[in-house]
Amino acid sequence: MPSRATLLDERAIARALTRMASEIVERCHGTADLLLVGIQRRGVELAQRLARLIEGLDGSPVPCGKLDITLYRDDLQAIGPRPVIGETDLPPDLDGRTVVIVDDVLYTGRTIRAALDELADFGRPRRILLCVLVDRGGRELPIQPDIVGLKKPVAQDERVDVLVKELDGRDAVELARTA
Amino acid sequence: MGAAALGKDLIGLETLSPQQLRLILDTAERFKEVSERPIKKVPALRGKTIVNLFFEASTRTRISFEFAEKRLSADTVNVASSGSSVSKGETLVDTARNLEAMRIDMVVIRHQASGSAEFLGRRIRSNVVNAGDGKHEHPTQGLLDLLTLRDRFGKIEGLKVAICGDVLHSRVARSNIWGLKKLGAEVAVCGPASLLPRDIAALGVEVIPRIDEAIRWADALNVLRLQLERMTGGFIPSLREYNRVFGVTRERLDRAGKDIVIMHPGPMNRGVEIDSDVADGPHSVILPQVTNGVAVRMAVLYLLAGGNPDWQQHGGGE
Repeated sequence: MPSRATLLDERAIARALTRMASEIVERCHGTADLLLVGIQRRGVELAQRLARLIEGLDGSPVPCGKLDITLYRDDLQAIGPRPVIGETDLPPDLDGRTVVIVDDVLYTGRTIRAALDELADFGRPRRILLCVLVDRGGRELPIQPDIVGLKKPVAQDERVDVLVKELDGRDAVELARTA
Repeated sequence: MGAAALGKDLIGLETLSPQQLRLILDTAERFKEVSERPIKKVPALRGKTIVNLFFEASTRTRISFEFAEKRLSADTVNVASSGSSVSKGETLVDTARNLEAMRIDMVVIRHQASGSAEFLGRRIRSNVVNAGDGKHEHPTQGLLDLLTLRDRFGKIEGLKVAICGDVLHSRVARSNIWGLKKLGAEVAVCGPASLLPRDIAALGVEVIPRIDEAIRWADALNVLRLQLERMTGGFIPSLREYNRVFGVTRERLDRAGKDIVIMHPGPMNRGVEIDSDVADGPHSVILPQVTNGVAVRMAVLYLLAGGNPDWQQHGGGE
């Protein structure tokens, strides 16, 4: 039976997202040409929440896209049965936009590498930033986040689970020991 | 998803479970969007080599497979029976084994003999996709028909689908019947008795003798092509007679006065089994079928590529 510890509860997540929303506005000098792109699955929910928070701060609605990186994974040939593919939904023109990639947990960096490759096939954003709720360390590629909710180095045999109300019924970030 | 994975080959819809069918359709749903991207390509099958081995004439299916393969970044080679060593009398297995010796990963095969795809699948290590084997099955056509119906109606369960015309010679009919029944549709066939298989009722399919009755009953018609090239004569009196009795015409649809979806696997004999103003009219989903064909084939190739990695010779399949 793996043990679990709470890293962020519902209120801590709400505070982190509020801070991240204002950091996005600050780093992007407003919301003009801003596009939030959530990585399937939980990045999508987080991006939508950030968009609402930014709209509350800045007054103007922020468009939100979805990106599934399955078909761009670098280990697709090595793994067995194919993973189920999620929806990708991006506006037709990325050229000149400021894209903020939103994901729940940043670990090896391989998901973000795939996301960058996939975005490049959709167009040429002016700038791409990376925003993650939890940076757990353990990078295998030279990729770093621009905006972070919680920075917490986590051992290899531990797993960070981000739970969101929309999919999991509650908001929490938990540390699970798998060993 | 282990339980729903597809195994090594796709031979027919007869051997797939409803879960496997839904997995393919749901995956195809995602692949539709890839064909709408500015760069219509994803790297999922990069490094895979696929041979399209076509022993029978085909335009739509072959091109559709080729698009699907290219949009997944696979490398493709087309082999047609004319102009290859097949025309020198080489056997199917020898051809395929020689191709395998060049390190290929998948074979898409169309062949005039029923059972040829399964036969090949048992003898080579590569994944085999049946692109039509004789009168047996044409599973990717069946799947694209299912996807098109699901697009139109939201679900397959409870739908009434009438398959009309030359059921006897039709692998499309057989794949449709298996797929539709497994997903809970009601299926009927309608056509001249000479073009219906004698054992059709054994498949759990109703026979509706008159086309007007089939139109009244059905939510969707799948109008089959009269396969003139497979007929050695004596099946129907004349094409004009066939059109008069079994042709799907504007008049007949107007008389039924209802919403109905018209499908056709192509190529059409306009003015024989289907009239032009039906084929090009508001009820027709014939071109969406073609669009869906690419997505379904991408889904099948993608899912098979992750099939059982430790499959051994003679052990594979579902």
